[in-house]
Amino acid sequence: MSGLKMRNFLRLTASYIVLVILAIGAIYPALWIILGSVRPGKSLYSKTLLPESYTLKHYSELFTSQSVLFGQWYMNTLKVAIFSMLLGVLLTLLTSYAVSRFRFRGRKTALSTVLVLGMFPGFMSMIAIFLLLKELNLLDTHIALIIVYASGAPLGGTLIAKGFFDTIPRSLDEAARIDGATNFAVFTKIILPLSKPILTYMALTQFVGPWVDFIFAKLVLRTKEKWTLAVGMWDMVNANQNSNFTLFAAGAVLIAVPITILFMFLQRLLVDGLTSGASKG
Amino acid sequence: MDRHRNKATVLSILCMGLGQLYNRQFIKGLLFLIFEVFGVTYLINNLPRALWGIVTLGDTPRMLVKGKWVDGDHSIFILISSLITLLFLVVFIIVYVMNVRDARKVGHERELGKRANNFRQSIRYVLDYKFAVAFLSIPAIGILFFTIMPIIFMVLLAFTNYSAPKHIPPAMLVDWVGFGTFRNLLALKTWSHTFYGVLTWTIIWAILSTITTYFGGMLVALLINQKGIRFKGVWRTILILPYAIPQIISLLVMRNLFNGQFGPVNQYLQYFGLGGLPWLTDEFWARVTVILVNMWVGIPVSMILIMGVLTTIPRDMYEAAEVDGASGFQKFKIVTLPMILFTTAPTLIMQFAGNINNFNMIFLLTGGDPVKGDYQYAGATDLLVTWLYKLTLTQNKYNMASAVGIIIFLIIASFSIYNYRRTASFKEEDMIQ
Repeated sequence: MSGLKMRNFLRLTASYIVLVILAIGAIYPALWIILGSVRPGKSLYSKTLLPESYTLKHYSELFTSQSVLFGQWYMNTLKVAIFSMLLGVLLTLLTSYAVSRFRFRGRKTALSTVLVLGMFPGFMSMIAIFLLLKELNLLDTHIALIIVYASGAPLGGTLIAKGFFDTIPRSLDEAARIDGATNFAVFTKIILPLSKPILTYMALTQFVGPWVDFIFAKLVLRTKEKWTLAVGMWDMVNANQNSNFTLFAAGAVLIAVPITILFMFLQRLLVDGLTSGASKG
Repeated sequence: MDRHRNKATVLSILCMGLGQLYNRQFIKGLLFLIFEVFGVTYLINNLPRALWGIVTLGDTPRMLVKGKWVDGDHSIFILISSLITLLFLVVFIIVYVMNVRDARKVGHERELGKRANNFRQSIRYVLDYKFAVAFLSIPAIGILFFTIMPIIFMVLLAFTNYSAPKHIPPAMLVDWVGFGTFRNLLALKTWSHTFYGVLTWTIIWAILSTITTYFGGMLVALLINQKGIRFKGVWRTILILPYAIPQIISLLVMRNLFNGQFGPVNQYLQYFGLGGLPWLTDEFWARVTVILVNMWVGIPVSMILIMGVLTTIPRDMYEAAEVDGASGFQKFKIVTLPMILFTTAPTLIMQFAGNINNFNMIFLLTGGDPVKGDYQYAGATDLLVTWLYKLTLTQNKYNMASAVGIIIFLIIASFSIYNYRRTASFKEEDMIQ
């Protein structure tokens, strides 16, 4: 019996050691960048992980610097993110509700099309969208970004949201219909109140999209004042890799922390969203 | 007896809305009529030029007039505007057919003695019975212009010679060249060497990155899920962290971490008396780095997924295995692994497809570098997608980029359609109703 206990103890100890190593691996880059952001000087190089002294200078520099318009970029990104989230969630809701609840000709074709188009590498169509925006005089505007992000949203979210709507029992809307509710009433009074989890999931992914997309933003936004955070940060790393690392670190912390907290907070929800695709296989 | 039906049909074929007016649906008829007027005016003004444009792609090059350069036709703008006009023509034809069918149907109902709906009733009818189609039309327009139109455009580009240095508007014209671009890509030595090289690496990368993150995630999930491990939630939260940090930040940070001269990874290696490694500058090591960093980013996703599956495996399967005297490893082999594989197979295929297209990982981490001398504008870690990006934005080889894009699309699309068709959610969805 003690042999078994011994083996169990060894197994658990080994597991804990592995877990601790993995945890350090997972945390290290985040820790390194946070510590880098409060280290005096500009260099990426440091002798020790823990700085000898701490400073918040880089954070204030982000907002006062002439070359890094961090505050401006933050506001731009926030604006684009909020509007494309609102519009994108609305469009995704419309499509997914329609394909989940109604049977019409070409429905399966529409579903397959959405799936295949969603697979298309987005920037393959960039040149065309670029020229289209040029024709419409929308280059270097945030509206262009909002329109393109929002109109792409149904492609990404429809299938997941449809899967969710499918799980809402149809007897609910049928009962309401018998009571004389219109389709619109069914949608707003029954489906929407029951869809909070998927709404939050969609809102979150739509909101985060503009924060992390830089390929398209870089193409459309020409002037530095109009840039979003992603473009600005990429430019910082690309332009001066080592010379201004601490400033980059401070910016990275300011972008990553709110989004990371949001993610951790809504973890359960994301897990559900991720697994809902798999559990039906 | 069938007077109404045929009259309404003929009238609405003659001109949109006439059939509806004949059926005494005045508002509907007027709306169709207005649409017809605008549509026809637009088409008369634009269609001839659009047809000319799509055939010739413009025929006046930039010319010297009285010592000054005067711009000729801009082939690409011509192509785009032709495409928009033709798409509008398609929409117009669809509406026209709808109009004729509607007039005929209402005419038929009148013959049967029914009164035609008035406008309010028509709207009510659409909201009740054609709700889904009406609902879908708004997103569909967005998708038509910002997804489908660009795709058609890109496909068309692959059949032109739109590329630097000789065929870049507005200075030069662009022409149709048929399959010439594909022939160059697959058979011309300079291009095909790069293409097959990049394609091979893309596939190796997709396989390795999918397998490493999947089994890595499985190991971590099983590790945390073991009997007797405490603080499961805490471990999970810590190990999810890499997934929660926005990729644009974490990858740019990783790029600094693995910096060969100043990066801490090499500093530590030197501290322990080992030589630093050329992480991002050597062909082989850059590829290793990319896969390592991808594991860091991707393992949490698989971990979450597999943890979800683990909770759904019925307890009695394990109990049955225990009764038969199975060891821990045997239980894993017989129960856990097949269950996980069975449930996550569709996700696995999608992850594989996604990795073929994993632009961010490569572009933000290495930018495709280190450069390979005998490649056409590609580096050792470039995937087909990032190569395409370089061909487009830095080299202006638009036709070649489109051809590459079409090939990527064919690969990805076949995977995802195959996958989707065989999942139960597609086959059996009507059972849920």
